[in-house]
Amino acid sequence: MYTQSFSVPDNAGQKSARTPSTENPELMAAFDARIDADGRIEPQDWMPEAYRKTLVRQISQHAHSEIVGMLPEGNWISRAPSLKRKAILIAKVQDEGGHGLYLYSAAETLGTSRDQMLEGLHSGKAKYSSIFNYPTLNWADVGVIGWLVDGAAIMNQIPLCRCSYGPYARAMVRVCKEESFHQRQGYEALLVMMQGTEAQRAMVQDAVNRLWWKCLAMFGPPDADSPNSAQGMRWGIKRISNDELRQKFIDATVPQAKVLGVTLPDPDLKWNEERQHHDYGQIDWQEFWNTVEGNGPCNKERLATRVKAHNDGQWVRDAALAYTRKQQQRAQKEAA
Amino acid sequence: MNTPALNEWPLWEIFVRSKQGLEHKHCGSLHAADAAQALHMARDVYTRRQEGVSIWVLPSAAITASNPDDKGELFDPAADKIYRHPTFYEIPEEVGHM
Repeated sequence: MYTQSFSVPDNAGQKSARTPSTENPELMAAFDARIDADGRIEPQDWMPEAYRKTLVRQISQHAHSEIVGMLPEGNWISRAPSLKRKAILIAKVQDEGGHGLYLYSAAETLGTSRDQMLEGLHSGKAKYSSIFNYPTLNWADVGVIGWLVDGAAIMNQIPLCRCSYGPYARAMVRVCKEESFHQRQGYEALLVMMQGTEAQRAMVQDAVNRLWWKCLAMFGPPDADSPNSAQGMRWGIKRISNDELRQKFIDATVPQAKVLGVTLPDPDLKWNEERQHHDYGQIDWQEFWNTVEGNGPCNKERLATRVKAHNDGQWVRDAALAYTRKQQQRAQKEAA
Repeated sequence: MNTPALNEWPLWEIFVRSKQGLEHKHCGSLHAADAAQALHMARDVYTRRQEGVSIWVLPSAAITASNPDDKGELFDPAADKIYRHPTFYEIPEEVGHM
């Protein structure tokens, strides 16, 4: 499962003027007090409009990421190297669909409809994790998605289990429980490949080389460049900063890469004794924003595939509703 | 008969009994055309890892919830009735566990 530290504005690029708060000061004070006491907000509670909007945007982007994330992996179901790997991959892709559903449900409690959210995704207005706008070129990519992409997502998601908005936090608890299988199966698939031929080991290294930097970007812009982060922290939506999460991820991954026998493609990556953390090189943020804005290698293809799947399923949705209505009419006639 | 125009499948609340002897517990919601379909989908969505032995589905619209604004009147009066708790009563130590 996949969130990048996504509270990327849906109109990324455009600068929006901050509107002054026009909320009722009494309600606002009660809300702030509850947040300060590390309390939880539930759907029927009063909340400032900006809090609601931020959550709708973040949760729906997170849900979209789950759904779009099914596509690059789904491509490999029919090409998985064994029946075992195929069964594992199907289970994982099914999990992602479930995670999308938990999240859509959480967003719906804020007063937005499923159709509105899908419309946002399908029209290209809403964002999803930029990592899925890169192609999965070889089987090792599937393993690397599990190990690194899911690994990065888990880093992001664990603090979200303590999010101030109850339904989001509960969805994340469920997601995180299911998630660790995703990372472990990916890492294990790579371990197997590393015990294979020279060509197989090269595939793993190639996949790591292509995806490493994109994974680091999943944590979102550096703290200095994410003006919305402070507000998210204030509201208890975000608990740990982008840079701090990124550092945790790097520190956790370096020893895993060593065991696996791959190198991470960053010449500046080295242990800093003083900081007790790894130093790392510059992330290409221009490329990140370019992809977020729709110009990555697979943006168009992913969206087109998603829209086609939705349209191709219209008859199923129609038929199910028609069937229900017929059953209801029949029951009414019998009752009359 | 007039059926309401529906673009979306209605919303259902899902309750799962994790094992025999325990209560059904709310675990989430989903959209489905009817109850039978909601059950099917709940099975796929909420019990993929043997999380349950029984599922209830209930139309979300059928739930009547207490209003959070009434929290004061509804729940506060219980706060000053501490004699409803066993710790209110002092029992000589020699009596032991009671």
